[in-house]
Amino acid sequence: MTLAIISAFLGALLAPLVYRWLGSLAGWGLAFLPLSLTVYFASLLPTVIAGNAVRHSAAWVPTLSVNFSFYLDGLSLLFALLITGIGTFIVIYTGGYLKGHPDLGKFYLVLLLFMASMLGLVLADNIVTLFVMWELTSLTSYLLIGFNHTEFRSRRAATQALFVTAGGGLALLAGLILLAGMGGSWEISELLTKGEVLREHPLYLGSLVLVLFGAFTKSAQFPFHFWLPNAMEAPTPVSAYLHSATMVKAGVYLLARLQPALGGTEVWSSTLMAFGLATLLTGATLTFRHTDLKRLLAYSTVAALGALVFAIGMVPLTGYYGAVGFATFLLAHSLYKGGLFMAAGAVDHEAGTRDINQLSGLFRVMPITGVAVVLAALSLAGLPPVLGFIGKEVLYLASLQAAPVWMIGLAVLGFAVGATLALILSVPFFRGPPPAEVHEGPPSLWLGPLVLAGLGLLVGLFPGLYNPLADAVATAVKGAPASYHLKLWPGFNLALLLSLLTVAVGVGLYFLYPRLQAWMAKDPVPGPENAYVALLRGLMGLAARAERLLQSGSLRAYLVWVFGGLSGLVGLALLQSGTLPWPSQTAVVNPAKAVLMALMLLGALLVLRLRSHLGMVVGVGIVGAGVALLFLLQNAPDLSITQFLVETLTAILIALVLLQIRNIGEVPRGRWLDKAVALLFGGIVTLLMLGMLTEPMEHHLSNFFAQKSLPEGFGRNIVNVILVDFRGLDTFGEITVVGLAGLGVYALLKRLRREGKP
Amino acid sequence: MNTLILKTTSRFLFTLLLLLSVFLLLRGHNEPGGGFIGALVAVGAYALFALAHGLSAARKLLPLPPLRLVGWGLLVALVSALVAFFLDKPLMTGVWFSLFGVKIGTPVIFDIGVYLTVFGALLSAIFGLEETADRTPEEAS
Repeated sequence: MTLAIISAFLGALLAPLVYRWLGSLAGWGLAFLPLSLTVYFASLLPTVIAGNAVRHSAAWVPTLSVNFSFYLDGLSLLFALLITGIGTFIVIYTGGYLKGHPDLGKFYLVLLLFMASMLGLVLADNIVTLFVMWELTSLTSYLLIGFNHTEFRSRRAATQALFVTAGGGLALLAGLILLAGMGGSWEISELLTKGEVLREHPLYLGSLVLVLFGAFTKSAQFPFHFWLPNAMEAPTPVSAYLHSATMVKAGVYLLARLQPALGGTEVWSSTLMAFGLATLLTGATLTFRHTDLKRLLAYSTVAALGALVFAIGMVPLTGYYGAVGFATFLLAHSLYKGGLFMAAGAVDHEAGTRDINQLSGLFRVMPITGVAVVLAALSLAGLPPVLGFIGKEVLYLASLQAAPVWMIGLAVLGFAVGATLALILSVPFFRGPPPAEVHEGPPSLWLGPLVLAGLGLLVGLFPGLYNPLADAVATAVKGAPASYHLKLWPGFNLALLLSLLTVAVGVGLYFLYPRLQAWMAKDPVPGPENAYVALLRGLMGLAARAERLLQSGSLRAYLVWVFGGLSGLVGLALLQSGTLPWPSQTAVVNPAKAVLMALMLLGALLVLRLRSHLGMVVGVGIVGAGVALLFLLQNAPDLSITQFLVETLTAILIALVLLQIRNIGEVPRGRWLDKAVALLFGGIVTLLMLGMLTEPMEHHLSNFFAQKSLPEGFGRNIVNVILVDFRGLDTFGEITVVGLAGLGVYALLKRLRREGKP
Repeated sequence: MNTLILKTTSRFLFTLLLLLSVFLLLRGHNEPGGGFIGALVAVGAYALFALAHGLSAARKLLPLPPLRLVGWGLLVALVSALVAFFLDKPLMTGVWFSLFGVKIGTPVIFDIGVYLTVFGALLSAIFGLEETADRTPEEAS
C-alpha cells in the first residue's frame, strides 16, 4: 500500500516527461497510473469486505512516533477507489479539454500530485502523515485553481481557497495534536478504540472545535462555503475532480473517520446536524442566483457536502440508517457530480458558453453527452432507478429516526433544489433548435461523464453490487458492525412519500426559477465572504502601517531599531534578575594581549573621531583584526582565519556600497541618538560577557565533541566535524539562508540598475 | 583602477589564493580550514582580480554564473545528506568510502556544497555591487 502511494507520487513527477513524449495522447497514456491503482485497490475489496483492515507501517521519525503508517478499511477503500477511479477519467478528460495548452505538462504534474496526496490522506493512519497529506491537497488545489495565473480572478480565488483551507488546517493540526495527547497515541486506528477516554477528557470540547474548524473549512461548510464556488475559476477537470468528487470531501472523510472516537455526544450530533443543514440550505438557496453551469453545480456541491455532514451527525442517533445513508449518498454524489461537471465542461468546450439561457437543442448535436447528463441529473434529482434515489431514501429513513420534524422539512426543501437543478440542467438539451456548428466532442470528453453516470444507473438497478462495500463503509463510520439491505424499491413508506414531496417541490421551484434568479442576481446579499474580505483588508492595512513604522527606508533607522530593541530587551531581563554579574577572579592579561587590546580600543576611538566614511571602515577593520589575533592567541585558528576573511570581505563590500552613494560627503557631527544606542549595546554585551565569566565553564559538550570527533566523524578538526557532520543539518539550513540572501541581493541590485537607467 | 603593479601581482595572487582556497577546503576535516573558509578565500581572490582587471575579465574566469553555483552547491549538499537516507541510516549520517585509494566521505562532499554555496552567494553580491558601482558615476556626471 505504501508502494502504491509512492508510485503515485513518482508517476506524478514523471508526468511532464510523458507529456513531452506522447503529446496530445498523454491523457490516455497517463491514465494508466490511476487505472492501475484502481485495479490494485479493487483487488483489496474481498479482504476489506471480509472485515480485515489492511495495514502497513514504516518508520519516518521514530523518536517523535511519526510513522508512515497506512490503514485501509471500508471507508478508506471507498475513497481510494473514488480518487483513483474518477482520477482515471479526469486524466483522460484533461487530454481533450486542455489540448494544446502550453502548460499542460505542469497541469498533469500537479493534478497527479494532488491525486497522490489525496490517496495518502485517506489511507493515513498516523496523525502527522494525515496532516502532511491534508496540507499537500490544499497546496495542489491552490496551484490548480490558479492555473490560469495571468487572470486576476483566478489568482484571487486560489489565494482565497488557500487562506480558508490552510487556516482551517492550522486549527486541525492543533486539534489532532490535542487528540493524540488525550488518547496517548499518534495512530488514528488506536485512537478509535479509545473513544470513551477522549469523550470524557476535559479537553474534549476544545479539540472537537478545532477539528471541526479544520473539517468545515476544507469541506466548504457554512460559513466557510464561499471559497468553493469561487474556485470554479479553475479549469473544468479540476472542478470536477477536486472541487466536487474528492478534495472537498476530505473534511467529510475526516469527520466520518473520527466519528467512532468523537461521536456519540450531544454536542457532536447537534453541531454536525445544525451546520450540515445550514450548509445544505445555503447551497440550495444560492443555486438560484446563477445561470452559469459551473456555478450552479458548485452550489449544489456545497448543498451535498452539507447533507453528508448532516448524515454523519445522525450516525450515532440511528441504528444503521445514518451510516449506510452516508455511504450510499457519498458514492452517488461523487458519480453524478463528477459526471455533470465534466459534461458541463464538454458543453462549454464545444458550444462556447456555459450560460444555460444561451444553450438549446443540444441533445441532437451532442447525444452521448446528453445521455450522460440525463442519467446524472436523474441521480441528482433523486429519482429511480439510479443510485441517487437510494442514497436519498436511506438518508430520509435516518432523519425520520433521528431528526425533529422541522429539520426534516428543511432537508426536504434542500434536496428539492437538487430536483430543480436537474431540470435546469437537462432542459437546454431538449428545448429549442440545435445550435449551428456544434458537435459532439472527442471520446476523451464524453467517456468520463458517460461511464460515471452509467455506473450510477448500474448500481441503482443492482444495488447488491455496492451493498457489501456500503456495509463495510458503514461499519467503519459507525465503529460497530452495521449492515442494511439496499433496495431500489423499498415499498411504500414514509421515506418514499418524502421523496415524492421533494420532487414535487423541486418541480414547483423550477417554474419559479427564472423570476427568482432575476431577483436574486440583482443585488447580492452580504454574506460571510464580506467578513473574509474585511479581514484581509484589515490585515493589509495593519501590514502597511507596520511597514511605514519599521521599514522607513533609512539604514540608520533600521540599525537603531535592531540594536536599540535588542539592548532594551536584554537590558530589561538583566534588570529583572536584579544582580549585576561580576566575575570573582580577575583574568591575567599577558603583554601581547594587552597590546592587542590597546590597538582595538584605538581603532574604536578612531571610528568615533573620523569624518570620512572610508576611514571609519578602516577603523572598524582594526578592531576586527585585533579580535582575530586574540582568537589566534587563544588557540582558535579556525575562528581566527574566518574572522580575518570576514573582515576583509566586509571591508570590500562596504567600500563597494559606499561607491554607490552619490554626494556622500563627510560624516556629520552630533547624532547623539546613534551614539547612545551604540554605547548601550556595547555596555549590554560587556555585561553579558562578564555574566558568562561568573558561571563555571561547562566542559561537557566540548569534551563530547573532542572525544567523538575522530572515532565517529573521522576528522581531527573538531570545528569542521561539528559543522559538516554533528550539526550538519544546521549548516545546511545556514547555507540555504546564505544562498537565499545572495538571491535577494541579486534581485535588489538588478532592480536598482533598471531604475537607474534613463 | 589602472595600476601596473596591481595588475601584474594580482595574476599570481589570484592563482595562489585559489590554490590556497582549495587546499583549505580539502584539508578542513583534519586541520584548520573547511568549506566556509575556503570559499571566503576564493571570493577574495576573485574580488581582487575584478578590482585589477575589470569585472568582465573576472567573470570569464568563472565556470558558471555565481548564482548557478549557489544552486549546485545546495544540490551537492542535499545529495550528500541523502546518501545515508538511502542506506537506511538517519539523514546526514556520514558515509565513508574509498575512491582510487583516497578516503572520501559524505561530510567532505557536504563541505564542497558549503564551499560552492557561500562562494556563489558572496561573489554574486560583490560582482553585482561592482557592476552598479561602475555604472553609477557615468550616469551621475
